[in-house]
Amino acid sequence: MPPVVKIEEIHKIYDSGEIPVHAVRGVTLEIQRGDFVALMGASGSGKSTLMNLLGCLDRPTRGRYLLDGIDVSQLDRNALADIRNQKLGFVFQGFNLLARTTALENVELPMLYGARKFTTKQIRERAMHCLDIVGLSQRFDHFPSQLSGGQQQRVAIARALVNEPQVLLADEPTGNLDTRTSAEVMGVFQKLNDEGITIVMVTHELDIAHFCKRNLILRDGVMVRDEAVSNRSFAASELEKLSSAEAAAKLTGAKS
Amino acid sequence: MRFGSIIKVAIRALLRNTMRSILTALGIIIGVGAVIAMVSIGNGAKAQVEAQVASLGQNVITVFSGSMSSGGMRGGWGSAPTLTIEDAEAIEREVTGIVGVSPEVRDRNQVLANGLNWNTSVNGESPSYPDIRSWKIANGAMFSEQDVRSVAKVCVIGKTVADQLFANSDPVGQTLRIRNIPFKILGVLDAKGFNLFGQDQDDTVIVPYTSHMKRLSRRTNISSILIQAASAEVIDKVQKDITEVLTQRRKGREPDFTVRNQVELAQTATATTQTMTLLLAAIASVSLLVGGIGIMNIMLVSVTERTREIGIRLAIGAHGSDVLMQFLIEATILSSLGGVIGILLGIGSSQLVSHLNGWPVLVSTASVVIAFVFSAAVGMFFGFYPARKAAQLDPIDALRYE
Repeated sequence: MPPVVKIEEIHKIYDSGEIPVHAVRGVTLEIQRGDFVALMGASGSGKSTLMNLLGCLDRPTRGRYLLDGIDVSQLDRNALADIRNQKLGFVFQGFNLLARTTALENVELPMLYGARKFTTKQIRERAMHCLDIVGLSQRFDHFPSQLSGGQQQRVAIARALVNEPQVLLADEPTGNLDTRTSAEVMGVFQKLNDEGITIVMVTHELDIAHFCKRNLILRDGVMVRDEAVSNRSFAASELEKLSSAEAAAKLTGAKS
Repeated sequence: MRFGSIIKVAIRALLRNTMRSILTALGIIIGVGAVIAMVSIGNGAKAQVEAQVASLGQNVITVFSGSMSSGGMRGGWGSAPTLTIEDAEAIEREVTGIVGVSPEVRDRNQVLANGLNWNTSVNGESPSYPDIRSWKIANGAMFSEQDVRSVAKVCVIGKTVADQLFANSDPVGQTLRIRNIPFKILGVLDAKGFNLFGQDQDDTVIVPYTSHMKRLSRRTNISSILIQAASAEVIDKVQKDITEVLTQRRKGREPDFTVRNQVELAQTATATTQTMTLLLAAIASVSLLVGGIGIMNIMLVSVTERTREIGIRLAIGAHGSDVLMQFLIEATILSSLGGVIGILLGIGSSQLVSHLNGWPVLVSTASVVIAFVFSAAVGMFFGFYPARKAAQLDPIDALRYE
């Protein structure tokens, strides 16, 4: 089976300022279907730029990017928008849900822009199904302001899933969440990955990266490490550990 | 994106800032309201003028005698005694497409009856006069051809004269004295009101033109000739033929008469109100323009405020055209909603003006439709720049925007 993401010698140079910034310097990468990749690196390492390139939000200056067998490196604005809509799902650090719009309507949004035409009933059913996957179907009529951070991120994941993407891209999905909620959200990702969905996420937290199957480390626009995760964390056991730790904290708190 | 969803999103966005939306639309509301009110009042005035012109009679052509100059003083039309009864008879005989002819002789006289007197215009006319003027006899009957031939001392009187001299009795059958000659009243005309020039048309006594010329004014010429054409289509031809007949009768002398038709008169009369309406509409259009700029301003603010939202939409696959449509429709809804409210306001205020001042007001469907289309167009025009700005945003920058 061909890799779902295949990038060859990709470069990105920003020359808007006085000095051109060479953010990504020749990265070559293949991601197979069903993989779960964490992209790591210090700030300024080029991981966000690489993520934007992977997400078809930006075009590479040089190099080739095959997404699901399609060369997307030179597509125009609208064609890229269609690729994003049909083949990719986005989860952002800041959730990026539309305010004053219910969870269900947020999830429906990608279907409204798609080239595929759905009936109103189909849209509703699929959106509800995706909310069900992330365990929020009970709260479909809640506004983002009525949901916790973790819940908002799960709505965002449901939105990313609704057009059945080839790859789910997550940019620091746990960056705004506490440890327990982070573990919960990673649990959702692991569950989706177990069902065969390819996930690429950017993170700077090592323990979050340990939930993934493969870690990539970027430095100064170059890939410096690509390794499989040996001691992988699993959401269920991590949450258990957290619970017992909290219980212990309460016990000591009660003693003193 | 489907049209229904776009409209839903646009309305939601407008409702989010209800106060701001209302204030933005206010410019359009006032502009459209002003246009509708102005045009309604202007149209009302025009319709009134037209009704007055129509009250002169249907398809009426008037021949005036020429002007007279004496010692450098030039009189107006009708001052020279150049039209004769023979002219009127020749027109009746030779011109086709005519349904009625009435030679007119006019002057003012003191009339007496019932021990009261009243100064009024006494006109000599033919029996077809009421038909030409579309003027009904309210009571009694018009005098006949026989009365004209026999130079009879008979008359019909207008409503004002009847009210002044016969307040408490039926004038028909009674006698009226003009220059001390008794005239028998055969009928009373319907009330017709004031004419274009503010004269009371009902303040009149009408006698056979022969009686006027032989018994009252002792003139041999007539002041003018009223001719009714068979239809509006033939009016120009009839007018031409009349001119030809009269010119022929003058055998090469300078034409000493003028032929006017009612359409020309109507045009002159409505020209002023039309200019006025146009001027008012121009002023109102300026306020629409100002309203449009207000919409552009607020839409620009809205695009900036919602940069992140635009970024999200672009990131999940919206095309630039989807975003453009969304903002364009938002601006158009805002302005056309303003248009609708403005139309209602305009109709309301023009009705109020009509109620308070007694001015005639006419709200035309055309002005309402034009105002609505125009206000929608204003929204589209002034919404385009902000919408295009939104559509051209870069998704990465837009997502990062705080």
